[in-house]
Parts: sequence; C-alpha cells; structure tokens
Amino acid sequence: MLGAIIAPGFFSSSAVQLAAAVGALVAIVAGAVGVFTVIRGQAFAGEALGDMGAAGGSSAYLIGIAPLWGFIGFAVAAAGAMELVGIQRARGRDLATGIVLGAGFGLAALLLYLGTTLENTTGAASTVLFGSAFGLQSSILPLVLGFGALALGIIIALYRPLLLCSLSPELGAARGLPVRLIGVAYLIAMALAVALSAVTIGAILSTALLMGPAATALALTSRPGRAILTAAAIGVGAMWLGLVLAYDSFDWRPIHHGWPVSFFVVTLVLIAYLAARVKARR
Amino acid sequence: MSGQALRVDGASVRLAGRSVLDDVSFQIGEDEFTGLIGSNGAGKTTLLRVILGLQALSAGGAEVLGGRSIGYVPQKFLLDPDMPLRGRDLVGLGLDGHRLGLPRPSRARRALIDEMLDAVDARSFGEARVGRLSGGEQQRILIAHALISRPGLLLLDEPLANLDLRSAQEVVRLLARIAREQRIAILISAHDVNPLLPVMDRVVYLAQGRAASGTTEEVVRSDVLSRLYRHHVDVLRVHGRVVVIAGTGEDERAALEHSEHTAVELV
Repeated sequence: MLGAIIAPGFFSSSAVQLAAAVGALVAIVAGAVGVFTVIRGQAFAGEALGDMGAAGGSSAYLIGIAPLWGFIGFAVAAAGAMELVGIQRARGRDLATGIVLGAGFGLAALLLYLGTTLENTTGAASTVLFGSAFGLQSSILPLVLGFGALALGIIIALYRPLLLCSLSPELGAARGLPVRLIGVAYLIAMALAVALSAVTIGAILSTALLMGPAATALALTSRPGRAILTAAAIGVGAMWLGLVLAYDSFDWRPIHHGWPVSFFVVTLVLIAYLAARVKARR
Repeated sequence: MSGQALRVDGASVRLAGRSVLDDVSFQIGEDEFTGLIGSNGAGKTTLLRVILGLQALSAGGAEVLGGRSIGYVPQKFLLDPDMPLRGRDLVGLGLDGHRLGLPRPSRARRALIDEMLDAVDARSFGEARVGRLSGGEQQRILIAHALISRPGLLLLDEPLANLDLRSAQEVVRLLARIAREQRIAILISAHDVNPLLPVMDRVVYLAQGRAASGTTEEVVRSDVLSRLYRHHVDVLRVHGRVVVIAGTGEDERAALEHSEHTAVELV
C-alpha cells in the first residue's frame, strides 16, 4: 500500500532527507508566525516581504552566495522599510506595503535579468521565485535551524504581549506595553519565516506556507496556542506529502522530469484550507 | 470616610494647535461611580488617555492616587469572528498579558478566570470565540479582562455605545455592583447621561474641552450647563429622565451640537 504511494528510493535519497528536514523546520516556523500574521491582518505585508526576498535571492545568485542570505537580508531590510514608512498605522499600512512590494518585484526583475545574461545561471529565476526543495545544499541546514530558532524565540518570548497588542493596540498600550516595538519584533520574525519558506517553495509562494496552514488552523480551533500547533502540523504534513508527490512525479507523463515541489505543497495547503472551511461551516 | 482615587488638576491638552482639553479639574473618590458625559469630540477619550498616561498634558496634572493600578476598557472593540481566542483567554491576558514567555496554566489561574467570568455573568459564554459574541457579551468579557488584575480605578470608554437599551442597562447595573462589591472607583464615558442616572455618584460634564463636575443635581442644571457651553441650555426632567435642550443661541455650533445631543436623548 505504502509502496504504491512512495516511489522506491525515496527514504534513502540524501536530497530527499535534507528537503524533508529543512521543509519541516520551515513549516513549523511559518505555522507559528503565520497564526499571528492572520490575527494581525498582515497577509499583504507577508507577501511584500516575500517579493522583496525574491530580489534578495536574485542578488545572492549574482554575487555567488547561498540564496537564503539574500532572502533574509532583503526581507529583514524590507520589514524595516515598512516600519519606517508607517506600517503601524492602519491606513498607511496597505500603501506602505504596496510600495515596498512593487519595489521588490522591480528589483528582482533587474537582478534576475542581470543574473541570466551575465552569469548564465538559467535556473536561478525558477529557483528564487518557485524554490527547489530537492536542490538544497546540506550546508543550509544549520542556517535554517539558527534563523528558525530565532524566529520561534521571538514568538515564544513575546507570545502574550504580542497576542494582546495584536487583538487591540489600545489594550496593550493601557498595560504599558511598547506596542510599536513589539510590532517591529514581530515584523522581523515574519521576515525570517518568509525567507525560510522561500528556500523550499520559492519567494513568491512563501506566503502560501505562512498564511495557508494558519488560516486553516483558525477554522479548526478556537484557542491561540492550539492554532499554532495545528498550523505547524498542517504545514509539515503538506510539506512532506508534497515532497512524496514531487518525488513520484519523476515517473509521470509527459516530461519524466519531476513536477515542482512548490506546486504540490501549495495545492495541498489549499485543499486543507477548503476542507477546514467546509468542516467549520457544518 | 473614603479617600481619593483620582485627581485631575487644571489638565489641558492642545493637539495640532487646537485646544482639546481646557483647564479640566475634578476628583474621584475611592469607590465612586463617575460618569464622564459629553457629545462626540468633547474630549472624553483624550481625558481617559491622559489618565492612562498615553497622552501628554500641555498644562496641569492628572494623578492616580494611593498607588492604584488602572483597568481599561477601550471603545469600539471589534474582533474578527474567526479569531482563535475564547472569552476566557482574553480574560487571562488581563492577568498576565504583559509578561514574557508562554502562559503557564494552573488551577489557581483557571479558578481566578472563572471567578472573573462569574463576576460579569459571562461564565456561560466564556468558552466561545470572542469574535462571535454579541456586543454586550464582548463588553462583559472586556470588563472581566480589566478587573482581573484587581485595579483600584476602572476606566471605560463609551461601553454603552452600540448596545441596545436592555444590554446597556445590564452593563450599567453590573458595573454598579462591581464598584460596590470590589470597592473600586469607576469612570465611565458616555454621550447620554440617562442610562447612568440611577447609579452615578458624580458626573463630569465635558463640553468643548471644558468640564463641570459634581453630583448630578449640582451639574445637570440649566445655569451650570449654560455656563459650560457658553450658550443658553435648558435642562428638563421628564419621568426620571434628563433632557438637555439648546435654546435659541448666539453660538450656532453649540446649538447644532445640542440639537443632535437632544435627539439622541429623546429616543
């Protein structure tokens, strides 16, 4: 039965093992951070961070370093830029985000163009934008662990103040909490989560992993802590099943070349979300 | 003999060149129920923010006395219905929402949250998602959130707005009971004085940033309000309700404000 789903060689492939380990770590971080993204209504900001990450990943290719550094550098810088141009004000938020988002894409267009023409790295665009989970290098694992721990650390340390300020900045301020500082710390955690997701499923799709499992979890549980655990579990499940299907697809028609992991992961996330909404409505 | 919970002394706030609060002075006793009455834009929210320490004064002072902590219920608290948060979670955040790290569930914490839910008659919907509760139910949860840290002064910003008459009366009765049982000073802002009449010990009437304070009988009078509005105002008492009517006046803005105000009170 299992053999019919999982193609021979799946568990023994080191590329698969690495993808599964990195994918799980990334999905856990994205799930935990994503629940707050949904609560705070910052999905659009997450998208902008991902697009800025695309520019970062492209520039990393240009100068020949691991794309993760580019994703993280640019996403964190974008988080700072959004804070400066007024993401804390509800009305300024969409504008600030949209401007950063547009700039990120424009920059990515230039850098990818330069990369493909100057360096002849033809796969770069696809890897940066849509990820390549099976093409990861093992040196990335400690980086993913480190940055993932940092993002999770921010969420765990600020869990209660962040929850309170996300529900109502007024309530937070009345308790004497530094609402703006907490918002900045959260933006950094979100930038890290988006950058890590970009490594596996690409910069453009990274918000799918951030938002999808979290939105699904919100439909399934009415408690914040459980929502985080559920989102992480859904993310890991979608990631691993996506890897299995992508591995299987090497034998599929028409190209016998394997379909992108990101396609499967994002599709599974969508299916989980729809199923949860249907269940919640009953 | 009761001590003082709050002293506001000549408080003035100017925002963008406009005077929002102008030499406001009043005091609140330690278990007094005080209504902060005024129409929209009279400076009620600004005054509450001053007391919370979130708004700096350009002159004067506002002092919470005797080391009392403040509980606060903000205005217009709208939560998404899908928010993964139960009423009791929000009450729990009132206890330790400012602390770092994950919450540590304990029997004592649970019991305290239950006690607060009971105090606001919210036990029956404490397990439901906050965003799916009615306006009056959310208001109760927020009051429990503010009360659980045992404040000596409870500030509520327009808690009766958006509530139907019956829910508003229930919230007022509940607050009066809490003030009595827990010996807590309550300052509640409202645009209509009537729902608060049965329970108020003191009223602070705000108009155009200026204030008059005292008992209802001392303040809600034609001569006092006319002086406050700088414009002739009639105060009528009909079937235990108060109706404030602007006379034919020289100050058109006050007249407009008042006709609006009167319409609300006559409903």
